[in-house]
Amino acid sequence: MTRRSSDDRFFRLATGAVAALVLLIVIGIGFELTRQSTMSIRKFGFSFWTGTTWDPVSGDFGARPFIWGTLYSSVLALLLAAPVALGIAIYISELSPRMLRQPLAYLTELLAAIPSIVYGLWGVFVLVPIIRKLELATPDFLKKIPLFKGPPLGVGMLAAAVILAIMVVPFTSSVAREILKNVPSAQREAAYALGATRWEAIKVAVGYGKSGIIGAIMLGFGRALGETMAVTMVIGNNPQVSASLYAPQYTMSAVIANEFTEAADELYLHALIEIGLLLFIITIGVNMISRLLIWSMKARANRKAISMPMLADEAVPA
Amino acid sequence: MTKIHVRDFDFFYGASKVLHGISMDMPDKQVTALIGPSGCGKSTFLRSINRMNDIIPDARHDGLIEIDGKNVYGGGTDAVELRRRVGMVFQKSNPFPKSIFDNVAYGLKIGGMRNRRQLNEIVEKSLTRAALWDEVKDRLQTSAFALSGGQQQRLCIARALAVDPEILLMDEPASALDPIATAKIEELIYELKDNFTIVIVTHNMQQAARVSDRTAFFMLGKLVEYSETKTIFMNPKQKMTEDYVTGRFG
Repeated sequence: MTRRSSDDRFFRLATGAVAALVLLIVIGIGFELTRQSTMSIRKFGFSFWTGTTWDPVSGDFGARPFIWGTLYSSVLALLLAAPVALGIAIYISELSPRMLRQPLAYLTELLAAIPSIVYGLWGVFVLVPIIRKLELATPDFLKKIPLFKGPPLGVGMLAAAVILAIMVVPFTSSVAREILKNVPSAQREAAYALGATRWEAIKVAVGYGKSGIIGAIMLGFGRALGETMAVTMVIGNNPQVSASLYAPQYTMSAVIANEFTEAADELYLHALIEIGLLLFIITIGVNMISRLLIWSMKARANRKAISMPMLADEAVPA
Repeated sequence: MTKIHVRDFDFFYGASKVLHGISMDMPDKQVTALIGPSGCGKSTFLRSINRMNDIIPDARHDGLIEIDGKNVYGGGTDAVELRRRVGMVFQKSNPFPKSIFDNVAYGLKIGGMRNRRQLNEIVEKSLTRAALWDEVKDRLQTSAFALSGGQQQRLCIARALAVDPEILLMDEPASALDPIATAKIEELIYELKDNFTIVIVTHNMQQAARVSDRTAFFMLGKLVEYSETKTIFMNPKQKMTEDYVTGRFG
């Protein structure tokens, strides 16, 4: 065997082992979460997903309010963040002057570097009072709609959704920007040559990257699902299933963060860890779907290689 | 009759001048071929005719290009309008990720046409003109990406024809195709010149000789010689042209 081919083999084995490690960690987390929540899994079974009581004193646990809170706040955040993120991506990649491109991209990414707790503090001291004022100003006819029912507390679902949206925008916009950058310029040229305006040419580029952009939005969704600290500080931490934007609610990650240290008996602890397991499953599912969407986009743009930033992994809660 | 009239046209990318004082008149309903070695500026010149270079930053020009006596770069000319009258086919086929039908209908739809019957009619006519109708008429709703390279290029031609341009610019339309697909494109060009004024950039001199009525030889950003295709290939005036068309360099 030549030296060269043995080098090759060593390199392949070494990198393969590191790659396998990632898979191993994921499987390990899943296994450990399951093992440490067996008591709660055995006792409640599937009714843990659907139960609405969360009573540590009598030992009755159901996760539905938390699942609801997590999904509802993330979906709302997605609805708020997606248009903004897409707008930023389009402006940076298609419209902004060349000189501004890098600084703008850098600034939006800077938003992602701010620690969650700082967002939380900002939320408590700035955002919540503003939202409270908005809630107080709700006209009477709107108060009849379930979406706007409830006392004007400031803390609650709306505050959580807004803060999540702000946190998700940099991730979604930077992936969307990458996607747009990789749309072949021949696509835009084809549109221009047929008499398209700039806006119509941009629509062609967005259409070409459609599935990738949906993937980018889903990555943001995955990120919103796992976000803990900032949401915990503004959502009100009250386990209830409510459609109201004003109602204080609770999320899966928030309940773990708040109650983990207080979980005195074993069943309580197992129930909390099972919530972690559910969150793990939901986030992995969402991330898998978004990856699939991006891959399908890549397969279509097969001629041009697309390097996707490693954002998906950060969306899995640690 | 002159369709495209060019006088002293210069073109710059930033500080570098890539076209030097081009002057030529291209006749109506004929095929004009632009030949010359790589980097001689022929593609840049072609893209100046429908102002595709407008979207490139730091590009500027000097001199005059007129279509039917109207200044292409004049204040009264809207680039978007202009490009509807001057269609373009690119070197690499670039269909949109849409169905065959929607590709051809794209230009019509952005032009505001919504009438389904009218759209159907023009799509069929354009595909027929591009000699593709028989091959795709049973699968108009399938993705354009499912077509072969040669079919995709004819689809792009059909797409350009659908908006009913007067001029068709072709930038090496067959350079990425196999000989059979190339022959089909050439045949098509021959048929299209009854209705369209065609300007084609090509690296393939046999192709220029086969399809064009007039040929312009470009070299280092200058127009060296422009004449009847026969003259350029059989009896060129310039030594440089002769050397190039006989393959002594290039």
